[in-house]
Amino acid sequence: MTAKIQLIGVKKRFGPKVVLDGIDLTIEKGSSLVVIGGSGTGKSVMIKSVLGILTPDEGTILVDGQDVTHLRGAARDPVMKKFGMLFQGAALFDSLPVWENVAFGLIQGRGMARAKAKDVAIQKLAKVGLSEDVAYLSPAELSGGMQKRVGLARAIAADPEIIFFDEPTTGLDPIMADVINELIVSTVKDVGATTLSITHDMASARKISDHIAMIYQGRIIWSGPTSQIDHSGNPYVDQFIHGRAEGPIKMAVKA
Amino acid sequence: MNILAGIGRAVLGLLADIGRLTAFTGRTLAACVSPPIYGRLIAIQVLRIGYFSLPVVGLTAFFTGGALALQIYLGGNRYGAEAIVPQIVVLGITRELGPVIAGLMVAGRVAAAIAAEIGTMKVSEQIDALTTLATNPMKYLVVPRLVAAVLSMPILVGIADSIGVFGGYVVSTQSLGFTGSIYLKNTVDFATRQDINSGLIKAAVFGFIIALMGCYHGFNSKGGAQGVGAATTAAVVSSSILILAANYLLTSILFHT
Repeated sequence: MTAKIQLIGVKKRFGPKVVLDGIDLTIEKGSSLVVIGGSGTGKSVMIKSVLGILTPDEGTILVDGQDVTHLRGAARDPVMKKFGMLFQGAALFDSLPVWENVAFGLIQGRGMARAKAKDVAIQKLAKVGLSEDVAYLSPAELSGGMQKRVGLARAIAADPEIIFFDEPTTGLDPIMADVINELIVSTVKDVGATTLSITHDMASARKISDHIAMIYQGRIIWSGPTSQIDHSGNPYVDQFIHGRAEGPIKMAVKA
Repeated sequence: MNILAGIGRAVLGLLADIGRLTAFTGRTLAACVSPPIYGRLIAIQVLRIGYFSLPVVGLTAFFTGGALALQIYLGGNRYGAEAIVPQIVVLGITRELGPVIAGLMVAGRVAAAIAAEIGTMKVSEQIDALTTLATNPMKYLVVPRLVAAVLSMPILVGIADSIGVFGGYVVSTQSLGFTGSIYLKNTVDFATRQDINSGLIKAAVFGFIIALMGCYHGFNSKGGAQGVGAATTAAVVSSSILILAANYLLTSILFHT
């Protein structure tokens, strides 16, 4: 197994607030890692650092062994083309119809002809269970679950090597959440991608991962195969996966 | 000591803002000159920034020209110089009022719309999404708006100049007793190419200011609806102030006074 993504001692502060305090994490090629952790523990900041939307203060991020920590501008483009991402709120472009959202990375990022990109978009929409008539609607006309599906179709449109999922089931009813989980598993298998997800939904985490890591106070405090999550022997992990208010993790009421 | 600390904080904040804005302007200009250039998006923005601003710019120019004619007539009357109305109207409109009125109206319309749109895209992670789709947000969002504003504003001001002069003409001929043909002849004979060009140069600069302020405040909006609201306000206020300041500066440069 080779490492697809590697984070070594990644630190990030915002003013006096330390968000990432030395993250070490390795994601093997073809594996699906879910990072669990409470709200405000730095999960999103970690993903945005890998994507280059944020720059870490210290540490190194490797993608396919290449140091991408400070790669910016045109030099970053080939790296960005390896990624696809499903955002928490889907983050669809509301000025464009659904099919153009899905085809966006193909048309703008890769210069594919619009007609051809549209065919690909409609195929990808079919993969997430949406029919062709949805393609011509605007994102505002869709329900939350459908927006997530379109977001998923957009993330896989260019057959990326790596897909990130930011809270894929947040804000969905339990049935729709499971539908999205199933779609994530099947589409990922389909494109053979390496995935990194962040969530606090344990049902989702168990379903879409083969490895789980827990982040707490800006550090990875436990990681292992999903099958071992119930026998971690780590009181923090136990408290989190069982959702207990009592335990070593104290919820800070004030941010 | 607390007063000094407060002053220090304000000064540091101002310097940080100036630094951020300078860096943003630099990145924007760099994005303007490197491919890809999205022609289709520029065309859409010309329509939204330029064409849809025509009614509001035209109306304000018309009334401004009318009021200007009235005031010059009343003021000139004190010295028996009321015949100078057409000359001063065309000078005032083309040099100052056309570009400034159009600039302020477009700032209210367009800077606000740009800041609100980009701000909403920012807080709903659409700008991050652009990055993950291998698209540079500066090129995709900022450059088309900036280019469109710089191209549209001189055309808008050219039209505002004509309508403003026409406003003065209507008031002068209808209620001040001027003869139409003489009014027009005086206008055309008096106005020089430099009067008109100076206004058009100003217009291009104002267009740059409006789009830049809208984009900058949109990109730096934080939080949810409140943050977008604050960004919109800041875009309109800062672009209006910068337009008036730049207008003074350009007048003193262009007319060597």
